[in-house]
Parts: sequence; C-alpha cells; structure tokens
Amino acid sequence: MVLFWICTVVLLLTGIGVIASRQPVHSVIGLIVNFTALAVVFLTLSADFLAMMQIIIYAGAILVLFLFVITLLTVGNEPVERGPSRLSFQTAPSVAAGLAALALLALGVRNAQPSAGIALPADFGSVASFGLQLLTTHLFAFEVTAFILLVAVIGVVLMAGRKEVRF
Amino acid sequence: MQIPVGDYLAVSAALFITGAVGFLLRRNPITMLMAIELMWNAGNIAFAAFARSFVDMSGQIFVFIVITVAAAEAAIALAIVVMVFRRRPHVDVDDISIMRG
Repeated sequence: MVLFWICTVVLLLTGIGVIASRQPVHSVIGLIVNFTALAVVFLTLSADFLAMMQIIIYAGAILVLFLFVITLLTVGNEPVERGPSRLSFQTAPSVAAGLAALALLALGVRNAQPSAGIALPADFGSVASFGLQLLTTHLFAFEVTAFILLVAVIGVVLMAGRKEVRF
Repeated sequence: MQIPVGDYLAVSAALFITGAVGFLLRRNPITMLMAIELMWNAGNIAFAAFARSFVDMSGQIFVFIVITVAAAEAAIALAIVVMVFRRRPHVDVDDISIMRG
C-alpha cells in the first residue's frame, strides 16, 4: 500500500520532469526513473513478468535507443527549442484541454466499480502462466506482433540507411 | 489488502494527461516521443489493473503487445528524426510542415 503511493508520487513527479526539462537527456533520465517506478507498480498488481519486461525492454532497450539518437544528433549543436514558438497561442488551450480531459477521466474513474476482491490464483502473472496464455490462447496476436516488428525493422533500414535524403 | 482498481485508474489518467499536455506543449520531436511513451505506459497501467480486477491474464498479454508495438513505433519515429536531422542543424517540429493540409 505504502509502496504503491510512493511509486505514484515518483511516477507523477518524473512524468512532469520529462515534459518540463529543457535538455532531452534529462528527459530520458526522468523517463528511466518513471519506468522503474512503473515496474514496481506492475509488481503490486502481481504482474511479475510485465515488471521484468518493463525494465528489460523499456528501460533497457527503448531508452537506450533514445539516448543513442540524442548523443548521435547533438554532438555539435543542441536540439534545444530555440526562438519564440510560432504556436505560442496554443499553450493555454492545450493546458485547458488537458485539465478538461483530466476532469472527464476523473469522473469516469469515480464511477469505477470497486473490485470484488476475488482471490488471485497463485500463478497469476507468473512467467509460466503468461507464456502458456501467450502461446496458446493469444497465439495469433503473438504472430501479428512478430510481423509488426518485421515491418518496423524493414522500415527503419529503408529510412535510416539511405545515403541521400530528398524531401 | 488489495489496492482498489480505481486508484490505479486515477494514476493512469494523471500520467496520460501529463503525456498528452507534454506532447501538445513541446516542440522538440524527441521530447514529444517521450511524452508518447508516457501515454503508452498510462494505458498499460489501466490494462494491468483491469487484468487483476477481472482475474484474467489477457490484459497482461495485451500490455506485452503494447510494449512491443511501442518499441516498433519508437524505432521508426527515431529513424524519421535522424533523417530530418541530417538535413537541418536543429529540429523544431514546426519546421517540418511540408505535409500540412
């Protein structure tokens, strides 16, 4: 219980830090802390395998990709937002829209039925039951995911491997 | 002592709005991508919370698939950013507007 609320505070603070920091590297560091706290939240939901995947795939692979691109691209010049924004008039409306959406979501959350407190089976969220479900019940989704990854690999090689860019 | 599903949904909603507002406010494409990652993860919290609430592993499997698709999305989007960076010294998404309607 206490763990959950600590993680919640960490999640929200680092989330705000990610979108508020000027340097992209600071955003990435905030995102790493955010994802680690999220893995702990998954543990409180008895989703052991997901917590591991969160750390390995997200904090391990995707964020390293982000860091790699940032270090690759900002050797000589910082990609810091410079100059006055040409869309400065959209700041107030977007914050207002965010608050309105938050109010709408809070209304929905308030109407959520409390869970009946059904006892979870002992292997709920374990690697064994997760793998069994993934490779039997959800086999088609698993295959489609593999295909999506293949398409992504081909697309990245086509786009980033090109010598001359015309657009 | 189980934490009620509504608490998880509240955290999920707050995190999603943080990501959405960040996406609207920032002009650096890499930071905007990170805001998108925040939104993916807010959805993942809701999926995992409902999976436990209904004692159904399908929600957790969907989180796994969402993580995979997020990885693919990040790879493609970063490739696009690299392409744009080769052409321009610094990137502001307001500059990349040749495909506007």
